[in-house]
Amino acid sequence: MATTYYTDDHEWLRVENGVATVGITNYAQEQLGDLVFVELPEVGRTFAKGDAAVVVESVKAASDVYAPVDGDVAEVNEALNAEPALVNSAATGDGWLWKMKLSDESQLEGLLDEAGYNALIG
Amino acid sequence: MDATNSGNLKTLPLHEFHEAAKARFGAFAGWNMPLTYPLGVLKEHLHTREKAGLFDISHMKLIVVSGPQAADAIARACPLAPETISLGRSKYTFLLNDEAGIDDDIIVTRLGENRYVVVANAGNAAQDIDTLTKAASGLDATVEPLDRVLVALQGPSAEGALLSAGLDLSSLSFMQGIEPRENWFASRSGYTGEDGFEVAIPLEEAKDFIEKLLAHEDVEWIGLAARDSLRLEAGLCLHGNDISASTNPVDAGLMWAIAKSLRESGTFNGADALRAAIAAGPQHARVGLKPEGRQPVRGGTALINADGRTVGEVTSGGFGPSVGHPVAMGYVETDLVAHGTTVYAEVRGTRVPLSVHPLPFTQHRYRKG
Repeated sequence: MATTYYTDDHEWLRVENGVATVGITNYAQEQLGDLVFVELPEVGRTFAKGDAAVVVESVKAASDVYAPVDGDVAEVNEALNAEPALVNSAATGDGWLWKMKLSDESQLEGLLDEAGYNALIG
Repeated sequence: MDATNSGNLKTLPLHEFHEAAKARFGAFAGWNMPLTYPLGVLKEHLHTREKAGLFDISHMKLIVVSGPQAADAIARACPLAPETISLGRSKYTFLLNDEAGIDDDIIVTRLGENRYVVVANAGNAAQDIDTLTKAASGLDATVEPLDRVLVALQGPSAEGALLSAGLDLSSLSFMQGIEPRENWFASRSGYTGEDGFEVAIPLEEAKDFIEKLLAHEDVEWIGLAARDSLRLEAGLCLHGNDISASTNPVDAGLMWAIAKSLRESGTFNGADALRAAIAAGPQHARVGLKPEGRQPVRGGTALINADGRTVGEVTSGGFGPSVGHPVAMGYVETDLVAHGTTVYAEVRGTRVPLSVHPLPFTQHRYRKG
């Protein structure tokens, strides 16, 4: 059963069997505006919590997306190379960014649940 | 994803219109400006090229210079011969500093025998007023900043939409301006490469007129983000990015705006420095740049050659929604200006090739007389 967590950097993680699918929230994509390029990491790269993992570029500016927890990149969403706008149209679905094998599942305890995130964005 | 700090920012007179249209706001040149609307920057951009985009540019300043010696005052401040401009014609020109650097790029329209209106960039307006006031000192000329709502309506439906709002500007050609009503000013010009108009309206008449414009099915509010991508595709300079007080018109490739006779014998601010810059020849040249692939290369990024030596700088860069690829503008050494020349930019550790590309990226569709 998958559990979804959120960060105060406006990312979501859907965790299942020790692997987290990571994306940005609908609120975040609205703030960024239309994306025209997503720079994805290499599969196998190791990130520590807080590392810049992905760069999303809107028409106007580039923004970092940070690794929400420690882990290794297991898969990236190759569909975004051809269609970065998927992040806008389906931020929490087909617009996912990467999957990571978690190094320390206890780090999830510090993240927000949906109610907590909704309270954050008001 | 930062929240915008709107403290100490100036508010547009029609701010409530943008709030009602659910704009996202951000700071620009000291103003709290609508950046995007719910349509989003890509669709806003395309809508402008296909129909008509309405831009609130009231942050920009209108300055009237009038009096028997108004032309002399402007001729001191700008590399322009104001007395030779036909009535109702607009000219793109500059306020130059003593080093011939571009303090601002402006449009001057001759409204009457001894009456001109300047449209100045928001961030430079206070300095421009000061420069013009100094230029007018000792002359029989007055410099008067105006408080107006200033909007641009750009795109193929612009003329028809204005007509439907009761304003017939069909007689104007590109770079012509008139006062269609008392205390109004309208010109056929803009910052998108499309046919279009800029209209200055007294505050008390603006709301009614804007509502009429918005009632036209082809008219949508367009934010500052799309204004930037539109002007970049059109190859137009943004002061503060592509030109600045430390760029002269020779390097910027903008000498077309300065008449030959003035280059030789003009006595405007910076004339001697400009003549020296002409004699020395351009030190850099402003060019269009097309990044290979999909990744935008942003303003401020250094340009290098294949050996890694710095050969220039990107001054504006983003994505061109109409052309469907990243677009940029910048300066390169003068032997690299041939179209198709490859230069490189380091973007987060990746070397991105860019080819020197003709400007504009999208053809201008001005209504020429």
